[in-house]
Amino acid sequence: MAGLELLSEQGFRLDGRRAGELRQLRARMGVFAQADGSAYLEQGNTKALAVVYGPHELRGSRGKAPHAQALVNCQYSMATFSTAERKRRPHGDRASAEMSLHLKQTFEAALLTRLFPRSQIDIYVQILQADGGNYCAAVNAATLALLDAGIPMRDYVCACSAGFLEDTALADLNYVEEAAGGPQLALALLPQAQHIALLELNARLHQDHLPRVLDAATQACRHLHALLDRVVREHLRDAAALLGK
Amino acid sequence: MLTSRTFLKRTRAGAVRKIVREHYLRDDIGCGLGGCALCGGESRPALEARPGGAASSLCPGPHFLLPDTNLLLHQIDILEDPVITNVIILQTVLQEVRNRSAPVYKRIKDVINKQEKHFYSFTNEHHKDTYIEQEKGENSNDRNDRAIRVAVKWYSEHLQKLQMEEKVQIILLTNDRKNKEKAVEEGITAYTCEEYIKSLIANPELVDRLASLNDEGNEIETGRIIFAEHLPLSKLQQGIKSNLYLQGTFRANRENYLEATVWIHGDGEEKEIIIQGLRNLNRAVHEDIVAVELLPKAAWAAPSSVVLHDDENQNEDDVEQEEEKEKSLRTSSSNSMLRPTGRVVGIIKRNWRPFCGMLSKSQIKEARRHLFTPADRRIPRIRIETRQASTLEGQRIIVAIDGWPRNSRYPNGHFVKNLGAAGDKETETEVLLLEHDVPHQPFSQSVLSFLPKMPWSITDQDMKCREDLRHLCVCSVDPPGCTDIDDALHCRVLENGNLEVGVHIADVSHFIRPGNALDQESAKRGTTVYLCEKRIDMVPELLSSNLCSLRSNVDRLAFSCIWEMNHSAEILKTRFTKSVINSKASLTYAEAQMKIDSPSMNDDITTSLRGLNKLARILKKCRIDNGALTLSSPEVRFHMDSETHDPIDLQTKELKETNSMVEEFMLLANISVAQKIYDEFSEHALLRKHPAPPPSNYDILVKAAKSKGLEIKTDSAKALADSLDSAEFPSFPYLNTLLRILATRCMMQAVYFCSGMDNDFHHYGLASPIYTHFTSPIRRYADIIVHRLLAVAIGADCTYPDLTDKHKLADLCRNLNYRHKMAQYAQRASVAFHTQLFFKSKGVVNEEAYILFVRKNAIVVLIPKYGLEGTVFFEEKDKPKPTLLYNDEVPSLTVESTTFYTFDRVTVNIMLDASNVQHQKIRMALVEPKLVGTSVPSQATQLNSNNEPKKKKLKE
Repeated sequence: MAGLELLSEQGFRLDGRRAGELRQLRARMGVFAQADGSAYLEQGNTKALAVVYGPHELRGSRGKAPHAQALVNCQYSMATFSTAERKRRPHGDRASAEMSLHLKQTFEAALLTRLFPRSQIDIYVQILQADGGNYCAAVNAATLALLDAGIPMRDYVCACSAGFLEDTALADLNYVEEAAGGPQLALALLPQAQHIALLELNARLHQDHLPRVLDAATQACRHLHALLDRVVREHLRDAAALLGK
Repeated sequence: MLTSRTFLKRTRAGAVRKIVREHYLRDDIGCGLGGCALCGGESRPALEARPGGAASSLCPGPHFLLPDTNLLLHQIDILEDPVITNVIILQTVLQEVRNRSAPVYKRIKDVINKQEKHFYSFTNEHHKDTYIEQEKGENSNDRNDRAIRVAVKWYSEHLQKLQMEEKVQIILLTNDRKNKEKAVEEGITAYTCEEYIKSLIANPELVDRLASLNDEGNEIETGRIIFAEHLPLSKLQQGIKSNLYLQGTFRANRENYLEATVWIHGDGEEKEIIIQGLRNLNRAVHEDIVAVELLPKAAWAAPSSVVLHDDENQNEDDVEQEEEKEKSLRTSSSNSMLRPTGRVVGIIKRNWRPFCGMLSKSQIKEARRHLFTPADRRIPRIRIETRQASTLEGQRIIVAIDGWPRNSRYPNGHFVKNLGAAGDKETETEVLLLEHDVPHQPFSQSVLSFLPKMPWSITDQDMKCREDLRHLCVCSVDPPGCTDIDDALHCRVLENGNLEVGVHIADVSHFIRPGNALDQESAKRGTTVYLCEKRIDMVPELLSSNLCSLRSNVDRLAFSCIWEMNHSAEILKTRFTKSVINSKASLTYAEAQMKIDSPSMNDDITTSLRGLNKLARILKKCRIDNGALTLSSPEVRFHMDSETHDPIDLQTKELKETNSMVEEFMLLANISVAQKIYDEFSEHALLRKHPAPPPSNYDILVKAAKSKGLEIKTDSAKALADSLDSAEFPSFPYLNTLLRILATRCMMQAVYFCSGMDNDFHHYGLASPIYTHFTSPIRRYADIIVHRLLAVAIGADCTYPDLTDKHKLADLCRNLNYRHKMAQYAQRASVAFHTQLFFKSKGVVNEEAYILFVRKNAIVVLIPKYGLEGTVFFEEKDKPKPTLLYNDEVPSLTVESTTFYTFDRVTVNIMLDASNVQHQKIRMALVEPKLVGTSVPSQATQLNSNNEPKKKKLKE
């Protein structure tokens, strides 16, 4: 049998998108009252929930904590029901640990941690449904949660994945496209300054193609920025309306 | 708009999994119509606003056609015809075709890409108005049919909304009766393909190209069912899983149409299953992937040595006669010869392609059904329906198979194309190129646009990373008349007394840059094909015979491999560099030999040649000591008449010492380069290997040698080489050559592969642990890739993505191996055709020949004078059969009272048998030794009958 045709001759991907198009984005901020900040975000069928606590006093061992800036503590996890196959993922899951580390690096670059020495910021992200681009959804959800918590940041952190197939760069890969095994690039961008917070590439990609894939990812991050910004402004407007009463 | 698709899927492990996928529905997919106001006009409209198309009596107005899946699968030949334009191909249809037949999918994609055909592929599954969900109780076929109808309806409404001055119709083409009824109910104009094509007033000839479909109920065959039903795919897969059936490639036997072998590909070792008899073959055609059931051991058979051809004048569907023949196959044979035997239970994948051949006209004058005889003997005859039988008679035509019903002796097919008169040199060349799938169209404009502009000269830019070697005394040695010179050599004494030897190869990769149309076309062609009177170039002529060709006294770009050697030919240093050379002479092998041999000549070129020759001798000896094989195959050369291009003489190629000199250095360069690129790119070096043959391959050689009292050891290449060397028979000097010819037949094919995908690199024939092709980039694409790899390795060029992708490289290797094999077959076919032409003019001759193989009812002989091989039959129609006694232990064949062994010398009578225009063949009959009844009498007067053939003592 012929395998799946990920990109048709007419330029459509399996789910009907064109090469540079994003999946539908839906997001809500302030979903939990107890937390300092929280957000729920859907990128297509990938669903992520992010919760932020802090800045608060350091907990646990102070030995590792940096002196002049806040400690960013990230925890990434996936719900047992998030993938097609139910799978228990205890906390020791290596992929999750790596993802937590990536998130930490990303947000250390974006948060103004020097404003809060000897304190700690906790970011918890859980993937409720996984359909590709888990890291990106986690970053985007965490950004909204941090904004909701009112923690000062340099800029939004927008993350988006990009792949490369038949000489075309594809933005925002879904699970099927990821599983096909081609090169996949994850980019976390501070869109206004065009600073890269994190860039990860798995599988081999020839150097000549890199600029094009990077461009596609950058472009996608810009679009995401516009969308996230709209969500934040709408949320503010609602909150302002409530306060104004 | 967004919907999601949810479906359940069973995983390999057997668990049921729920899969949810997003499915975006769009409103920006255009209808493909030029200047459509509603869709905002496509940037490149595919469909014409006022569709022209062929005039049809059914729908006189302008119209678009919309075929369904089955129609596309079966009638692709019609759709490819230039008459049919303005067709809409739905995504639903395209997807189904993709899943069901890769070749048709490829063809329809090509058609869609042709602008003048005005085909448009409409992405209906993602259009918000044409996407439909599968309903409860509806299977996916019905759903797809409904999707097609919905799309047709959408189109007709869309066209109405446009309000063009002239109403444009949408016509659904379907051969499915139910679908058509439903469509008509819904108010859609629907025709079957036949109805539509027959209504084309101006193009009646298209009807012949219609594929005949058996569900039309127009079968007039005898109702008798000949074949067992094929099992459905699901059952086959179950059976294969449970080891009840075996899956393999069906290979029909060229010499016996009632026998075939199935190569079981699968875990570990490959094995072969024999299928005998029409019913067991069960409608499988050569190259199909089939499922086979093994028969019980009692029914196993031995591979028959009978040569049997499907007879021209045989009654159609005469099955009884077949059965009789089948019995003749099963003549007693010793148990040791029995091989696993089976029968075909089902077809997993058909591998039908269009076949070249000729029409055998039916004896009934008005008949419209005729049998078509393919040029390839392994393909069964095909029944086609045509009204132009009388014009097609004597022409070479192309026919495609449509199906093979259970009650028909032959498959049904349809006429595709007429190539020209049979026997005509042009037509025959065309046929053999087509039959061997050799791309031979002239290079397209887009390919030619990447050629360098003339006049071309070397620029300073080119010189930057090149060494200037123009001062060296380089010369080339090639066969006479060679215009694509891709190698040149030099040798000089260095100050320290060592020798510097350089092999300079045309720098083709400088001109062919990766990825452009020129590169893609050369990659597709893979190799230059040399036919007897024609060369099918891999790269355009400007490159092959001018800019890349290392002609004498012009500056040319080269890729040089330079060694420093001592006088005992040990390599001290190896260096690769891109360079510029200026060859001082282009010699032929004979000229070079003459220079070396004549003591009076002492110029630079000659000294250089002598140095090379001396080193080559040492190198050759080393190689042979290491166990390299010297094999032999009869090669012939035709002397052509300069005006008619007919062959006027035929002689075997003669080898001079200089041939071996050039060869030695090419081998050395190839090995050095292979090592270098493998060191540099362990994962994606393109190498060439030659696997050691399985020991059983040598059976025939060992047995044959034994019958002459010689022993051949085959445990290793070295042992084989040594025993071949010692196998001399003073009274029979040609025996050694014969043994080498036979040994060549035992070998495996050498193949290209990607080093990251394999771990056995050994080259058996050359006894080298690593090997590649570097020295002929003008005529082999593999060499171009090796050049690029080497250029990257020495930092003279930059890499590009596909070069470092081992899967792409492996795909490329597959294509190259296929093209090389096909090129070789095409060359042989061309030689065979010219041999026929030669004997046509020559008439009947008697020649001395040696027996190569002994078969059950025939002997295969080789005529050294012409390098010609042929079969001598002992049974002839309308003549009393001689008693034949075959012994396959020795092997020998006793006819009446004479016994034939392998390597026996005989005299045969050669003539052209033109009774069958399609397969004109060289017929050979035995003259000496004389046999009662079969030998050709009288004509052989010049040979004295007392002169007993030199037959060795008869055993027994």
